[in-house]
Amino acid sequence: MSRAVSTRRKAITTAAAWTIGLAIFFPILWTIITSFKTEAEAIASPPSLFNFHWTLENYFAVQERSNYFRHFWNSVVISLGSTLLGLAIAIPAAWSMAFVPTKRTKDVLMWMLSTKMLPPVGVLIPIYLMFRDTGLLDTRIGLVVVLTLINLPIIVWMLFTYFKEIPGEILEASRMDGATLRSEILYVLTPMAVPGIASTLLLNVILAWNEAFWTLNLTAAKAAPLTAFIASYSSPEGLFYAKLSAASTMAIAPILILGWFSQKQLVRGLTFGAVK
Amino acid sequence: MATQHSRSAARLMISPAVLLLLGWMIVPLAMTLYFSFQRYNLLMPGQGGFVGFENYRYFLSDPAFFSALTNTLLLVGGVLFITVVGGVFLAMLMDQPFWGQGIVRVLVIAPFFVMPTVSALVWKNMFMNPVSGLFAFLAKGLGLEPFDFLAQAPLMSIILIVSWQWLPFATLILLTAFQSLDSEQLEAAEMDGASPVSRFLFIMLPHLSRAITVVILIQTIFLLSIFAEILVTTNGGPGTASTNLTYLVYAQSLLQFDVGGGSAGGVIAIILANIVAIFLMRMIGKNLET
Amino acid sequence: MGSIQLKKVEKRFGDVVVIPPLDLEIEDGDFVVFVGPSGCGKSTLLRLIAGLEDVSGGTIEINGKDATSVPPAKRGLAMVFQSYALYPHMSVRKNIAFPLRMAGMSQAEQDAKVNAAAKVLNLGDYIDRRPGQLSGGQRQRVAIGRAIVREPDAFLFDEPLSNLDAALRVNMRLEISELHSTLATTMIYVTHDQVEAMTMADKIVVLQAGHIEQVGSPLELYRSPRNLFVSGFIGSPKMNHITGAEAAKHGATTIGIRPEHIDLSTTEGMWKGVVGVSEHLGSDTFLRVDVGDLGTITVRASGEFAVHRGDTVYLTPQAMHLHRFGPDGLAIR
Repeated sequence: MSRAVSTRRKAITTAAAWTIGLAIFFPILWTIITSFKTEAEAIASPPSLFNFHWTLENYFAVQERSNYFRHFWNSVVISLGSTLLGLAIAIPAAWSMAFVPTKRTKDVLMWMLSTKMLPPVGVLIPIYLMFRDTGLLDTRIGLVVVLTLINLPIIVWMLFTYFKEIPGEILEASRMDGATLRSEILYVLTPMAVPGIASTLLLNVILAWNEAFWTLNLTAAKAAPLTAFIASYSSPEGLFYAKLSAASTMAIAPILILGWFSQKQLVRGLTFGAVK
Repeated sequence: MATQHSRSAARLMISPAVLLLLGWMIVPLAMTLYFSFQRYNLLMPGQGGFVGFENYRYFLSDPAFFSALTNTLLLVGGVLFITVVGGVFLAMLMDQPFWGQGIVRVLVIAPFFVMPTVSALVWKNMFMNPVSGLFAFLAKGLGLEPFDFLAQAPLMSIILIVSWQWLPFATLILLTAFQSLDSEQLEAAEMDGASPVSRFLFIMLPHLSRAITVVILIQTIFLLSIFAEILVTTNGGPGTASTNLTYLVYAQSLLQFDVGGGSAGGVIAIILANIVAIFLMRMIGKNLET
Repeated sequence: MGSIQLKKVEKRFGDVVVIPPLDLEIEDGDFVVFVGPSGCGKSTLLRLIAGLEDVSGGTIEINGKDATSVPPAKRGLAMVFQSYALYPHMSVRKNIAFPLRMAGMSQAEQDAKVNAAAKVLNLGDYIDRRPGQLSGGQRQRVAIGRAIVREPDAFLFDEPLSNLDAALRVNMRLEISELHSTLATTMIYVTHDQVEAMTMADKIVVLQAGHIEQVGSPLELYRSPRNLFVSGFIGSPKMNHITGAEAAKHGATTIGIRPEHIDLSTTEGMWKGVVGVSEHLGSDTFLRVDVGDLGTITVRASGEFAVHRGDTVYLTPQAMHLHRFGPDGLAIR
């Protein structure tokens, strides 16, 4: 039961929440604004918030200098590719664990999660050398494979928690109705789990999009996604604030928008379903 | 619900995932272990050979190692502390009724979607730069000497940047937990004469413990291997002031091309991560019973 | 077609024996009800017949053929689940057509069969809705519809009415009975409610802890329960059990007498007692009478019986309806 809250109290809360919210968001807002300034205005003192000559020149400059669209496309292929591949491997595995649990199911899940604890740097060298020797270095395929394996435990966990909420009786009913295992998963389980699969997909696309250890270490130019694209602005271009801002805005905008639209689905996924 | 048939189908369907992860874990791990006992420098091909614990001795006796170890722990601990405490307060605030809840929520969650390289660059150049950064401008406006964050307090600066990235995550999960708190419980406690402070301590905090566990667990996984933020802001410096283990191993093997030494560092990183992992697994094992 | 034989069927989960070896014969066209308290293994037994669980020993024959290791879909059985187990992402029509689609039937044939089933069960109005938009009773009908389109050799019902409210339950009970007489197909029905068992079954199987306590028609079980457990389980209100000296007088360890088989008088009778709580239902009155050493005895009086708490009454059990049980709990005949 909610009770009436005094307007005064609500106004104070509103002021506090908006102040903190804007403060947290400010670096992003500032980046976006700066991206529309000229370089001179970007470092002008005092800086101005809105009162300046808005321009798109930085965006064109960035595209020209470092071919944004190629990096963008690399990011899309790598994050979506690794997530879809991961789902294809994880859906059957999660089915097994959710609907035919054994005494070891919990241990297997814990073990899978523990592989996430393996510091990537501990296996960086072998992977780097293997990639070098097999020609996978700086290829999208190579990154798709690595990111699939990196995120597989999370995908399995998330799907497992979603699948566990689907009553087993419904799958049994389909079995009684003559469905083969393939039709059971394809026509009954998957459509019922669409919300869960969607939020798993979203979260993993975001994680893969922002992954910045393997993408930085295993790519050079050809397959470099946006994480590497932006790292190239580290110096000395970093001092060209307007261009840096434009590049940053372009790197984060796609995922920021995707994330905002799907934040409700994300929350549950993020917690492995452990917090409701 | 299981028949022989479905059990064998289940085994078949889980095996790709298990085998892939097993391969992903064991093959590179074995290779790292092997390299760590070899003299192997990419700049000096042909000078290989078994060197026993030489690489470990070298890596462990390097003063950089202990500072990297301390930095790793400070980084993880500092970020966890800031995000959990900040997250609890922020979540509590956002759980109150106020105007524009949806928009504020969108504002607060935004940093989570920003890739590490971007947030590091933006903070480094546009905010923390001692000459033209926004903080420098503010300091000058207040008549203070601008503070060179990344040179004078590099680790603290990185902790701040990383905390900014992870605060939304903690807030969002804790907010979800707050919203699932049965308000009748709070009302009952109020009827029982509990003050707001004791209501927070005895009802809300225990209710949040599971969510806090999740926050700590997931963040630790990611924080142990913070890399991009260091790479683009300080390159581990000045000196080793902001080098963590991940960055140290990276520098050893890919900047100095000492694969043997880097591998030894990798093995040490794995051992340390395992110590943390065992501790964490115990914790969630207790707290995540489903 | 639809006879089922269980031969020495048993089920263990690890070391826990859920169903010790058990034999049971179900004839074609029977309406058989498995009844027993919760945890007695009745649902497990049904799932063994369905093929959703493996037997740990023994054989299951359907229509005389060994079906022990036949997968559920190939046993020719249809099941209605307690939760109805409808596919939430499919319309009612698609739900009912699902088994036909899985059997690879043509669209035209599917439509014809679904329409026929919809007609029998009056599903017409909501055939294109999703299960989430239906009431409990409607969902129940859809679940039955999905079962009947397959024209199975036998229907399996797993506590199908337990999620419905009381009034609806009585209706559905009648509908299922009617369906049975129309289709004349074997039905196996699991419930913990002895009223459902008594009203619907041709044959009741009373189970306790995985054991079959008694098999028989409803009236057989009512008239001559084989043991103490069955005597207490079948009939409402429960049979009164009396032990001690009074039982010994009849040469038994325990005697049992149903509330409706006790004559009640305010003036004279065999046992003298004091009225405690009484329930007035209008058509009947149930009295709880405290009869000293014999304990509290429930008595049914027809119509309205005007006594109050604390009044003295006399009870006389009807001798022909007295049940006697030996020290092993079995009835003495």
